[in-house]
Amino acid sequence: MSRRNKQSSETDSAATRRQFLKSSIAASGALVAGSSIAHAKADPAIAYVQDWTRYLGDGVNAAPYGKPSEYEKQVVRRNVEWLTASAESSVNFTPLHELDGIITPNGLCFERHHGGVAEVEPDLYRLMINGLVEEPLVFTIDDLKRFPRKNQINFLECAANSGMEWRGAQLNGCQYTHGMVHNVMYTGVPLKILLDQAGLKTNAKWVMAEGGDASGMNRSIPMFKALDDCMIAFKMTGEALRPEQGYPARLVVPGWEGNMWVKWIRRLEVGDEPWHAREETSKYTDLLENGKARRFTWEMDCKSVITNPSPQAPLKHKSGQTVITGLAWSGRGTIKRVDVSLDGGRNWIPARLDGPSLDKSLHRFYYDFDWNGEPLLLQSRAVDSTGQIQPTKTELRNARGYNSIYHNNAIQTWHLKKTGEVENVEVS
Amino acid sequence: MSKSLRAGQMMLARTVAAVVLLISLAACSAAIAAEPDKRLGLGRPATPEEIRAWDIDVRPDGMGLPEGKGNAAKGETVFAAKCAICHGDFAEGLDRWPSLAGGLDTLKTQDPVKTIGSYWPYLSTAYDYIYRAMPYGNAQSLKPNEVYSIIAYILLMNDIIQDDQFELSKTTFTSIRLPNEQNFIEDNRPDTPTLEDGDPCMKDCKPDVEVTMRARVLDVTPQGEDKEAAKGAIE
Ligand code: HEC
Repeated sequence: MSRRNKQSSETDSAATRRQFLKSSIAASGALVAGSSIAHAKADPAIAYVQDWTRYLGDGVNAAPYGKPSEYEKQVVRRNVEWLTASAESSVNFTPLHELDGIITPNGLCFERHHGGVAEVEPDLYRLMINGLVEEPLVFTIDDLKRFPRKNQINFLECAANSGMEWRGAQLNGCQYTHGMVHNVMYTGVPLKILLDQAGLKTNAKWVMAEGGDASGMNRSIPMFKALDDCMIAFKMTGEALRPEQGYPARLVVPGWEGNMWVKWIRRLEVGDEPWHAREETSKYTDLLENGKARRFTWEMDCKSVITNPSPQAPLKHKSGQTVITGLAWSGRGTIKRVDVSLDGGRNWIPARLDGPSLDKSLHRFYYDFDWNGEPLLLQSRAVDSTGQIQPTKTELRNARGYNSIYHNNAIQTWHLKKTGEVENVEVS
Repeated sequence: MSKSLRAGQMMLARTVAAVVLLISLAACSAAIAAEPDKRLGLGRPATPEEIRAWDIDVRPDGMGLPEGKGNAAKGETVFAAKCAICHGDFAEGLDRWPSLAGGLDTLKTQDPVKTIGSYWPYLSTAYDYIYRAMPYGNAQSLKPNEVYSIIAYILLMNDIIQDDQFELSKTTFTSIRLPNEQNFIEDNRPDTPTLEDGDPCMKDCKPDVEVTMRARVLDVTPQGEDKEAAKGAIE
């Protein structure tokens, strides 16, 4: 009988049995609860036969779609209410400090919507290609699944990730400062193959991708990128896209800002010029100190952050062997190296990259060391395969001022205190 | 929330590659790209009616503008009924709902206000966006005459037109230019050091290190006490 059944049908007898166990242990004199001698001799986690060791657990189909352990309830996406006027055009954040390796579990991938989650019925899903093509076409989701497929692991980072930190240290937790990023394996059809079906006209220079959601999200993508590594994906890390990630199909634009990865994609229009849509003029343009604004700032820059320890994940020990770990990524390629500093950027030590190093994907780094228990100022600094070096906040502000909002890839500082607590700070 | 951080007294120290395919066409691995002229026979032609139903985009050159017209006098009524509850009677923005007017000469300040009048480069974006996404929660419901009228009203509120009888239409639309058009520049990153500027410093990179700012000073992290202390910008 499983523990769960027992709880509902045999509560009384189970309690009795547990009482009996305790009293018999006490009577035996081998382990007396409350005796410090006994505690010193044996950890109760070991000394007692735990329920899960004695009784049968749930049977195979107790959770047809599995869920995380009930002891991991804190591992969820979180939002910052004051950021936006409405939850339908808002964002929540990936709990980076609770994760390891490079793959983000589907249910933890941050969300950013502009008109809420579109609940698209797959039978009513259509993808249209029109504009400067030989023959405008319509595909169903079943049509899309008959094309040759491709798999690729890519990070998706919102251009506004770390945007709240441009002006100074503001949010205590890498979930909030850096959590607008996720990394999954996409399965789908290369955009080039789809466009080839319709046949591009010679003046085809741009593609406008448009979503079927209540914001009708639209972005202009230059043809060179569309034909390079973009795809229409219908799976993420093996399973169907989650509704909040664009079910049944989304655009994947590797290395480029997340807003371009149009979800619930319904249309691709081919054109000779960009559209200058709201999300590439009013938003996602980078205002500089001199009042000029950069536009079409598509690539995500070389960036890294220490995920543990961090404000939401303090150290539980006071000194000794310690793991520092974090993530690094670049929209321009792979990560060549990551250095870690314990003294706020005065001295640097190379960190160890572990796990796959894939193009435009998250990379995992570690630095293992013997903590002397003194306060530290932790930083990480990535260098990508194109030679771009992750800048300091000062370098970034000197180049762009304070009003850019987007593309903040500056080095993050965490102040690790004697207590093991961690705070988001800025240093000279 | 295009409003930037307004955090108490935050102290701000102002401080393709060309690939040459000479060698190995023969070495081409089993890439899955379909051969140029090879259609796979999937999908079906889109009918003109279908394209008309979905082809709602509008470009700066006027491509996509539907037949129709309107003026600001009419727009005021439509705006009051369908937009003002969030964007304010004068398109000035309410609470954290975006402002659609004002903000001239703020782009170089510490608190830039980006509106159609102060920031947007092209008016076509207003048509494209308002029809596809507004009113928020009832998208793609406006008639072309309503959109033209609303845009004329927004132009009036931004002092870009002065005449509330000016007829905005498919024909007159592209004659309107927005003041900030010239201030957009192309991406010129990287604008921070690369390995070409030398290897990153590893030892004694700065004399001493001081903490200059703490997140706790303005704790706006969820679960923090004072959620009103700051305004962020995710846009
Ligand atoms: C229920 C509130 C609400 C109503 C009503 C509403 N809007 Fe909006 N509007 C929003 C929100 C929220 C956004 C921002 C959406 C986003 O960023 O994803 C927005 C954005 C806009 C923008 C873009 C602003 C910018 O700076 O990028 C324009 C233009 C706009 N609305 C016009 C209108 C018009 C015209 C109407 C009436 C037909 C209207 N809105 C009705 C809530 C509303």
